[in-house]
Amino acid sequence: MMQVLILFIQILVLFAIVMLHVAYATYFERKIIGHMQVRMGPMRVGYHGLLQPIADGIKSFFKEDIIPEQADKAAFRAAPIICLVAMMTSLAVLPFAKGWVLADINIGLLFIFAMSSLASYGVILAGWASNSKFTFLGGMRSMAQVISYEIAMGLSLVGVMMLSGTLNLTEIVEAQGTSFTGMYIFPQILAFFVFCIAMLAETNRVPFDLPEAETELVSGYCTEYSGMRYAIFFMAEYIGMMVMAAIGTICFLGGWNGPFVIPFFPPFWLILKIYVFMFFFIWIRATLPRYRYDQLMELGWKLLIPLALANIVLTGIIKAFTS
Amino acid sequence: MTRPVTKTLEIPVADGERNPYSLKMGPQHPATHGVLRVDLELDGETILKCTPHVGYLHRGFDKIAENRTYAQTLILTDRLDYIGAMANNVGYCVAVEQLLGFSVPERAKYIRTMVCEMSRICSHLLWLATHALDIGAMTVFLYCFREREILLDLFEELCGARLTFSYPRIGGVRQDVTRKFIDELQRVIHLFPGRIEEYETLIDTNRIWLKRTVGIGKLSGDKALALGLTGPCLRGSGVDYDIRKHRPYDAYDQMDFEVPLGSDGDIYARYRCRMEELRQSLRILQQCVDMLPPGPVLDKDAPDLVMPLHKNTKGGEADSTSYGTGIIKFMEEQGIYPAGDIYVSTEAPKGELGFYFISDGSARAYRMHIRSPSFIHISALPTIAQGELIADLIANIGSLDVVIGECDR
Repeated sequence: MMQVLILFIQILVLFAIVMLHVAYATYFERKIIGHMQVRMGPMRVGYHGLLQPIADGIKSFFKEDIIPEQADKAAFRAAPIICLVAMMTSLAVLPFAKGWVLADINIGLLFIFAMSSLASYGVILAGWASNSKFTFLGGMRSMAQVISYEIAMGLSLVGVMMLSGTLNLTEIVEAQGTSFTGMYIFPQILAFFVFCIAMLAETNRVPFDLPEAETELVSGYCTEYSGMRYAIFFMAEYIGMMVMAAIGTICFLGGWNGPFVIPFFPPFWLILKIYVFMFFFIWIRATLPRYRYDQLMELGWKLLIPLALANIVLTGIIKAFTS
Repeated sequence: MTRPVTKTLEIPVADGERNPYSLKMGPQHPATHGVLRVDLELDGETILKCTPHVGYLHRGFDKIAENRTYAQTLILTDRLDYIGAMANNVGYCVAVEQLLGFSVPERAKYIRTMVCEMSRICSHLLWLATHALDIGAMTVFLYCFREREILLDLFEELCGARLTFSYPRIGGVRQDVTRKFIDELQRVIHLFPGRIEEYETLIDTNRIWLKRTVGIGKLSGDKALALGLTGPCLRGSGVDYDIRKHRPYDAYDQMDFEVPLGSDGDIYARYRCRMEELRQSLRILQQCVDMLPPGPVLDKDAPDLVMPLHKNTKGGEADSTSYGTGIIKFMEEQGIYPAGDIYVSTEAPKGELGFYFISDGSARAYRMHIRSPSFIHISALPTIAQGELIADLIANIGSLDVVIGECDR
């Protein structure tokens, strides 16, 4: 009983922290992009706009919730929830430091893949259920994107699995050792490259933001969504970014290990590395144009998947000869 | 009251024949640059048929012009291509001067050339901004606006307005340039080449940008001519046609500049053309500043804009108490100006901007027709877009550089 209660409190704390991060991730995105684009970003609400996320939250919470008359109501309501739940669930298996994990299961990596694929069902459902032409196209694009990039991403992490011999995220970090040189980014540089691109596609970020391409499909799958439902899609996207950043950190950048140990707060390095990844996401968004739908497919199938496969073969050969 | 719920999503029918997926894009769509509506028939995302619909911004300028004196009509031309309004003003003035036989002082000619090129830079910057945004490059958008702001400040220094200038007048320009304006312009001329390079580093070597533009929206020179394209869209296809060179007006015959030409006729070629034009415009600006002659800026016979009476009218001098009836009387009076018709075109930022006038000798035009490049460019859209993807359509609309204000008039 006590254990359940403790677990419940842990979940609550994690949820609160992640939500706060999501809110301020939007703030930092707007600030960073703002400064990259020679403007200020949010400035009005609070000191340098620090309360902007709160204001946005309140605004979207009190906005009218519109469901189009011809929408498939049940699916329309379910879609954002599916997105958010899938993304939140994958947080459960992320180890923030040694022992700082809600569910230390031995198929952690697979679990996260499963969950992030599930999240794209939300997007597809949203596109379908809105019964609007633009959202439908957005949903279709998302489906195509998921199929091609899920594979590339999965394959890119096979090398990591081969080196560490485990799917448990904690053990993957431990397998890299505490030193700088043990990080898998060095032996798995090719996989890291593939992972970074697939990660952007997986989270629907620029240059792969085709499902929501604002200038083409007018926000694609979430065109018909308003108020809190729209905000939930937004949250799911940002949690998705964080989860992907965490995976990248854990699998390639040595997880919570840093140059020295921070007492009382071991997740420090992991969080710092996640921030670096988040900055990378935002930086990319400020720099690159958008791919075209068919070019995205081409990149996925003709470049990323062969590269990831080659990486697996290479890793296998090296591992066979060295062990 | 509930309407019956009907599912409208089209799905492939059983016998292998596929229904096209029809999509109405616009008039409220962020990438149609105003209120253009494009009806699409799609197979997947491939465009089978594309039908642009115009007229959402129609204000009837051609007709309004028949009830205003020539000088009053000038302010309507601001609202044509509101991004490069100065070029429209100048185009209109040049046409009216040729029709009515006004002369323009030398200094005014140089100032007009100057503001024309400034508005070309303004227009091309906004084009680059929105075109890049359409393709997804957000940052270029704001960088371009930063530079455009400098130019708008300059326009403000020149005539007090930032968007609808009405600065050129029939027979000259409204007022002389200030010392501060010339100094600021000189600074702009030195500043801008670096900024243009900045945009090019952001997008010119970007693989995604190249993938989105090279070989997309191709038009051969012959086809572009047949469709009536002008301006950078035509020159991108390799046809050497620039009114500034071939039928020079104002001070363009004194200027030394090149007309950049593309060869492929795709979006990238049109993009390169406009980027080069930015540089050439700066060159012309520098020459204007260097060669600016002294003298008056307005012909002494020029018709007044506020009180629309020509100083040399024979009768009909309206007294201030009966302004309204005076004006009507004045407008109906024949034989003030020479009668006849004329078509005069100038090189606006978007292409050939032509004015066709029929004069019956009164103080207002019997008929005015505007040949606006945007209208003709939109009509080329179905040809270009067919068989390409939705994303390419967006890039194409951006690349043709249409402004709906000018298209619908």
